[in-house]
Amino acid sequence: MTAFLRFADISKGFPGVQALSEITFGVAQGKVHGLLGENGAGKSTLIKILGGDISADAGALFLGDQQCRFGSVHEAMNAGVAVVHQELQLVPELTVGENLTLGRFPNRAGVIAFNALHARAAAALAEIGGGIDTRAKIVDLSLGQRQMVEIAKAIMFDARVIALDEPTSSLSAAESDVLFGLIDRLRKQGKVILYVSHRLDEVFRICDGATVLRDGRVAAHFDAMADVTRDQIVQHMVGREIRDIWGWRPRDLGAVRLRVEGLAGPRLPNPASFAIRSAEILGFFGLVGAGRSELFRLVYGADAADRGSSAIDGEAVEKRPDRSIEAGLVMCPEDRKADGIVQGRSVGENIVISTRRHFSPYGLISPRREASVADEFIARLRVRTPSRNQDIVNLSGGNQQKTILARWLAEPYLRVLLVDEPTRGIDVGAKSEIYSILYDLAEKGLAIGVVSSDLPEAMGICDRILVMCEGRIVKEFLRAQFNESAILAAALPVREVEAAAREFAG
Amino acid sequence: MIRLRRLILGDQGLVVIFVVAFAIVALLVPNFFTERNMLGLLQSVVTIGVVSGSMMLCLASRDFDLSVGSIVAFSGMMAVMGSNWTGSVAAGLALALISGVAVGAVNGLVIARLRINALITTLATMQIVRGLALISSDGRAIGVNDPVFYAIALTPLFGIPAPVWVMAASFVIFGFILNRTVFGRNVLAIGGNPDASRLAGVNVASTRIWIFAIQGLMCGIAGILLASRITSGQPNSATGLELSVISACVLGGVSLSGGRATISGVVVGVLILGIAENAMNLLNIQAFFQYLVRGLILLVAVLLDNIRSRALRRGA
Repeated sequence: MTAFLRFADISKGFPGVQALSEITFGVAQGKVHGLLGENGAGKSTLIKILGGDISADAGALFLGDQQCRFGSVHEAMNAGVAVVHQELQLVPELTVGENLTLGRFPNRAGVIAFNALHARAAAALAEIGGGIDTRAKIVDLSLGQRQMVEIAKAIMFDARVIALDEPTSSLSAAESDVLFGLIDRLRKQGKVILYVSHRLDEVFRICDGATVLRDGRVAAHFDAMADVTRDQIVQHMVGREIRDIWGWRPRDLGAVRLRVEGLAGPRLPNPASFAIRSAEILGFFGLVGAGRSELFRLVYGADAADRGSSAIDGEAVEKRPDRSIEAGLVMCPEDRKADGIVQGRSVGENIVISTRRHFSPYGLISPRREASVADEFIARLRVRTPSRNQDIVNLSGGNQQKTILARWLAEPYLRVLLVDEPTRGIDVGAKSEIYSILYDLAEKGLAIGVVSSDLPEAMGICDRILVMCEGRIVKEFLRAQFNESAILAAALPVREVEAAAREFAG
Repeated sequence: MIRLRRLILGDQGLVVIFVVAFAIVALLVPNFFTERNMLGLLQSVVTIGVVSGSMMLCLASRDFDLSVGSIVAFSGMMAVMGSNWTGSVAAGLALALISGVAVGAVNGLVIARLRINALITTLATMQIVRGLALISSDGRAIGVNDPVFYAIALTPLFGIPAPVWVMAASFVIFGFILNRTVFGRNVLAIGGNPDASRLAGVNVASTRIWIFAIQGLMCGIAGILLASRITSGQPNSATGLELSVISACVLGGVSLSGGRATISGVVVGVLILGIAENAMNLLNIQAFFQYLVRGLILLVAVLLDNIRSRALRRGA
């Protein structure tokens, strides 16, 4: 079995960081190969080199016998390499067919031949299982369908190597199932699939082999997944043994801190009520779209509520972000990029953006004080950044998340912390650090609400879980009652139960 | 060679280019580097300069203001007419400032509270306010009765005319606002990511209203200085000012997509525009060609900025 896609001694440095050092491994045709590693391990850099986004400093990339050097994404695609990024590269207002033929519209003297266009697109979609109308606009498709269109685009270019970067991160269980079916089909067609994911269960389910990167080097390479266990992979990823990544400790819960009563808004029509006690970590579990983030946003005042009220320690809170912060209620949003970080500004600036009001008399800032606060929290949360002046976009996801946590921990008067998907897209090592931050805060008496789509995580760190389904809180589980299949069953709308049952059987 | 590249593409690249360009012009253009010409040059950029500080805030927060030229003309009219009505220059000046702030605040309220796109809002107020200026004077220039009024633009302080001092002070103040106040940092944060800023507790709506109100105030000041210099209120004055001011900001490296601005850049941008025009006048280049040159300078500056930010991104 000879490798078709081969990386040979690929190295790439950025000022201050050696992102990749002498990466060497290969994948044969008809294989799905996992690419694993913590954030910052070099996975994205390697994928970018493969896809022609950036070029390597040294080393070579081979497709079959041919050495390739891609100067652009276009060159890579023409050579048969397609990368499906987490952020899909589709034009939302154009149709599926138009997206698939973008740049190469079949035309006569500049007039688009729509019949030919849709025929071509439909052929590519049929190859991956079909089921999508080529005349539908991208905006009207679900995320899972959009991903299929992106993969169909790869097929249109006759890609022989397809890299998928965290493809299931925003898919429901049923959609993931469809994706796995499709990957299987591509495998049978003899494609090389490079599968980047944090979810080890998925990797074990669909990958034939895997390569683990750590600190820009190949930490381990397996041609068959049977040769390795999940724990071994985690060890290779972090370079040390992790026993219990949750580290939950029992706590004495106090009185009710946050009480939410009949809260409803445009995107959450059914009124929701719940309460979190002091020192309690309350989990909100549900499928994507169950209304958990919408609920958090209403409580925080990020979206306007139609009715309902909330109170902290018995005092009513006006629902507006700045008033919530004054009252000691803060939220780390689900979408870090859109709602969390302020791009183009420094890490320090991102930390003090809210808390600086406490030490800026008459609205005049104190650069020295800001620097010391920023440095203090960078150190306390172990944010990995060259300095507080670094632009936040250059940090990894985990460090961006820690920066946003730092923004709130710097507040002198915190009572309630809402965290929406605290560890999405974050590596194992950073996860443990974030959990221990949450425990510390809970021990100080904060009421903590956590939205998580990762059930083991929710069960691992929460004292109690509320399950949401289709915009309603449907069930409550105390820690003693935690049971994976019971919680999942409660989260599934009736029609989804079957698909999930299949997933769990498989 | 690499050193030179780094110097030009670095943080202070714009200032370096400016100094070099200035030296070349001073050497090659006769009568350029004389006290008289320098003062004339500074006076010629006062209107642009006074408004550019607040425009910097506006652009840095990802907004846009096309109405500045009209507000300058309108508040100039109000200054003159107010002085003539009341017989008091002070009352006229107050009226000018109030009308400037009022138009700016309306801009801000419509944009921030009614959520109408800034480009469209100010495109509308640009025409409305120009209309008001024309209606109030029946389309004619109106002379000033009180000689105190045009003394404003002529009174020298330490040998430098008062308007130049006002411009210099506005640069200092806006530099301070941008770098040392919560308001200024919030402006940059809003430009970087408005949604995240709101969730971080920044009052985005009121910050945007303030930005436009301040912009209106600066237009009021510029309107007074302009009316004083041309010794009358002219409803058609300052047409196209918005484009010059935005050009100066962009020349100075203010990002049109928000979040990036420096006052030193804006000062340099304003001076580059002034020097180009001044040098062309001294060289007797026909006015028609000056448009061409100004456009070319803007294009080159933006290209340079593009190269710079790409170099920065590669470095990251």
